[in-house]
Amino acid sequence: MSDIKENYVYSREHEWAAKAEGQIVRIGISDHAQSQLGDIVFVELPQLGAKVDAGDSIGSIESVKTVSELYSPVSGTVRRVNETLLEQPELINEQPYEGGWIAEVEVEGQVGEALAALLTAEQYRELVE
Amino acid sequence: MKPDKALIFEMSRPGRVAYSLPECDVPECDASEDIPVHLLRSKPAGLPEVYEVDVIRHYTELSRRNFGVDNGFYPLGSCTMKYNPKLNEEAARLAGFARIHPYQPEESIQGALELLYTLQQDLAELTGMDQMTLQPAAGAHGEWTGLMLIRAYHESRGEKRTKVIVPDSSHGTNPASATAAGFETVTIPSNSKGLVDLDKLRAAAGPDTAALMLTNPNTLGLFEEQIVEIAAIVHEAGGLLYYDGANSNAIMGIARPGDMGFDVVHLNLHKTMSTPHGGGGPGAGPVGVKSRLIPFLPKPVVSRRADGTYYWDYDRPQSIGRVKAYYGNFGILVRAYAYIRSYGPEGLRRVSECAVLNANYMRMRLAPYFDVPYPGICKHEFVLSGKRLKAYGVRTLDVAKRLLDFGYHPPTIYFPLNVEECLMIEPTETESKETMDAFIDTMIQIIREAETNPQLLLEAPHTTIVKRLNETQAARKPVLNCTCG
Amino acid sequence: MNKHRYLPMTDEDQAEMLAAIGASEIEDLFADIPPKVRYQGTLRMSGAMSEPELLQHMKELAGRNRDAERYTSFLGAGLYDHHIPVVIPHILSRSEFYTAYTPYQPEISQGELQAIFEFQSYMCELTGMKVANASMYDGATALAEAAALASAATGRSRVLLSSTVHPEARAVVKTAARGLGLEIVEIGYCGGVTDLNELENMASDEIAAVLVQSPNFFGCIEDIQACGRIVHARGGLLVTSCNPLSLGLLEAPGNLGADVAVGDAQPLGIPASLGGPTCGFFAVSEALMRRMPGRIVGQTVDKEGKRGYVLTLQAREQHIRREKATSNICSNQALLALCASVYLSVMGKAGLQEVAKQNYCKARYAAGRAATEPGLSLAFEAPFFNEFVIKLPEGTSPDDLSAKLLQAGYIGGLELGREYPELAGHMLVAVTERRSKAEIDGFISEMGAG
Repeated sequence: MSDIKENYVYSREHEWAAKAEGQIVRIGISDHAQSQLGDIVFVELPQLGAKVDAGDSIGSIESVKTVSELYSPVSGTVRRVNETLLEQPELINEQPYEGGWIAEVEVEGQVGEALAALLTAEQYRELVE
Repeated sequence: MKPDKALIFEMSRPGRVAYSLPECDVPECDASEDIPVHLLRSKPAGLPEVYEVDVIRHYTELSRRNFGVDNGFYPLGSCTMKYNPKLNEEAARLAGFARIHPYQPEESIQGALELLYTLQQDLAELTGMDQMTLQPAAGAHGEWTGLMLIRAYHESRGEKRTKVIVPDSSHGTNPASATAAGFETVTIPSNSKGLVDLDKLRAAAGPDTAALMLTNPNTLGLFEEQIVEIAAIVHEAGGLLYYDGANSNAIMGIARPGDMGFDVVHLNLHKTMSTPHGGGGPGAGPVGVKSRLIPFLPKPVVSRRADGTYYWDYDRPQSIGRVKAYYGNFGILVRAYAYIRSYGPEGLRRVSECAVLNANYMRMRLAPYFDVPYPGICKHEFVLSGKRLKAYGVRTLDVAKRLLDFGYHPPTIYFPLNVEECLMIEPTETESKETMDAFIDTMIQIIREAETNPQLLLEAPHTTIVKRLNETQAARKPVLNCTCG
Repeated sequence: MNKHRYLPMTDEDQAEMLAAIGASEIEDLFADIPPKVRYQGTLRMSGAMSEPELLQHMKELAGRNRDAERYTSFLGAGLYDHHIPVVIPHILSRSEFYTAYTPYQPEISQGELQAIFEFQSYMCELTGMKVANASMYDGATALAEAAALASAATGRSRVLLSSTVHPEARAVVKTAARGLGLEIVEIGYCGGVTDLNELENMASDEIAAVLVQSPNFFGCIEDIQACGRIVHARGGLLVTSCNPLSLGLLEAPGNLGADVAVGDAQPLGIPASLGGPTCGFFAVSEALMRRMPGRIVGQTVDKEGKRGYVLTLQAREQHIRREKATSNICSNQALLALCASVYLSVMGKAGLQEVAKQNYCKARYAAGRAATEPGLSLAFEAPFFNEFVIKLPEGTSPDDLSAKLLQAGYIGGLELGREYPELAGHMLVAVTERRSKAEIDGFISEMGAG
């Protein structure tokens, strides 16, 4: 049974998104996604400053025998990436919603509007169960 | 526990040597008078200092930690691990083949050129194509070469075609080669029989289709029964058909890609033609084409003059150019030629018949113990699914690891990707019924173990010099060389 | 053809196996092949031979080639006639090595995996680079892959290619560039080495890399450090191709600013074999590690803590990443990589320096002889390693000269007119440690007497 954070929203590709300060949305992958991938060995982080549309591939996550694209759940500009993951990719396995966050994207319009397009925890639970 | 096997670098003792060179009989010279000092080696490379016995024992010990076809049954699906005849090895080592240079005058290498020319002709006949190039060094290299030919062909007709269609069961090299040749890959799902879904193909094929890449029999070991219709769909859309020859061992003398409608083929001589895999290479991936693609072949090709002499033909203005330095992996081509001549056409047909009979026999005997995703006759290989073992907490990987304890190389696992918990078994024609029976009995025993004592599988292998290795650690904190110099 | 020494199937086996399948004849197993594409009749291919006949036939074909054991070779141009230590063919004949596939099952492939790990280590030691892969098809395809890597790493598509790089490697790079959409710009040469002024002029903020070879195709030693300064100032990568044996004498490219170092390991104990199989090597700086093509072996531990080796960083590769892989390469040249490793083990620290020095001194001696031989002169003044360009007497027919040299027992050098029209009437001559002073003297006299 994977952990699904109630106050986060989710994409169909198993990324989570959560509002941070101001226009910033923090993103990562769900507990379900990390458990499907297995031991994560490397994260190709998004490019700082890149302009992305929701659904764009912005990086990738590698486990020993597979690789998974990272899609941005929102549109905006990449403002921060979690460089700790370069040294400790296992953080995504261990704390997918906390230390394993991947990037922060600054959205242009209303944050609430950007997140409203995504799945609620309840909807996401239905998707993965 | 025995200590770790030392690296050759760890065996080094200053002052030991394993080489022997004559005294230099020309005047000594000082490189620093001639070569700028910053371009001269500042610190010698940290190579080990060992003597000859160390070298021999070290590599002999390494060889003992390795498993090849000569050690035992190696039913690695898709790789055609057949016996590598020793005569072919002897032939390739003859000085007249091994110690010749590609830039020697043509008249001084007529024997080599005749061999290449004859091999070109033989492989063209075998595949039903009009002309071959022997330049590509491996299967994937052949794929890329073939796609570059297809690209040149379309461009010569003023057409910009950007997409290559592959089935979801295709080898990973197919889409990777398409990318390297500048194409976009369109993957189409297989139908419930494991074959190309004609409707999906029709939907995908169009004016932007450059080619369809197909293995036939496909990676599930199934013959694409509707190959004629498939070819028609692609050709009607203006695309070409590319034949991935990885599975040619099933059809020699029985069916030819050229007759099925394929325009370009590659063969893996290290599979079908018995040349040894070498622990990962070298291979050879000759490419054959129908006449309309001949002008684009890499140059040079080997040609024959009216007087019976052979030459490198460089006069090919529409050629895609070179794909490899010199003329291909000649030493491998020598072995393949010797292989063809040890069988002749009727013998090669018998090879394929035996390969297919062996595979079907194993499939029938193993079918009761596994899920068989695609029932019906197979060609030279077949797939099983180990999904029912999940009930015991056991996966296909564990079955494979347990096989190691019985002295077998396991089948290919987790490929093709469209079969859950996949095992792909290819016995080849050079294995006897007794060998296959013993392997089958072992597989049945392992299934019983999974049911009664799954731990035995989960902890396997038990008898190898190392146990399961930590691949996560290897990838997270890569240690890729010993930095001991 | 129901009996063959490689086929175990007896009539009895066949009958039993067909019965187990529920088929009455082998033909039933091919019922899924539409009749329209069934091949009827017998293929028109070379016929079968018995073992003694075939052995004789192969010897006859081989005997019609003039090989470097019977002739004295001064031909190099990327493939050199070095001494092959006696232990090499013995080790390479161990069929545990040569009859194995890629080491997918590490527990029973530790030998090959360790051999590759040692090969990677050797390549890092020689080139001074941080990481190396398990091998490429050859030096030319390795260079093409390096161009692809540079483009991917920099996000730029223009590549500068020195015209002193081996012509066949340049041709392979150009073919690959068409597939990848790279623009190749050739840089001319001056006095036998890359024209650094032209390189400076052509370098811009759009270049992904400069590709340079040292010793170059003419044998001359390039100032790769200077090339590196120029390309690095523009944010591009320095890709160097080198003869690994020369690195017993010449500075490691990793110490001269190379971001990628490639080359062909043929000089390390691999027979010329009409140009293949040889073995490409590929080494990069740490930053480019995950962009490398091909197989890579890494060290790890088993569950009991014992040291072992596995294929690693596999997520780059075609079998996982498919169309997004760093390269389509699957097979490499593992057996030849083993050959190179055994060679380096035999030569060791002192031997590699000694053999490189001998090559250098013998080539210098030969060049000195050529410079004073009537009718001959040296084309370039730049320092060289074991190969140099001789200007032949005016009006020499290259074909006649080759024939005359063969008659006298020599395999001559490469006439350069086809690849470098401006160098028609010039011959590229290689002198390895195998050549004695007497052979050099005889060869040069034979050329001059023209």
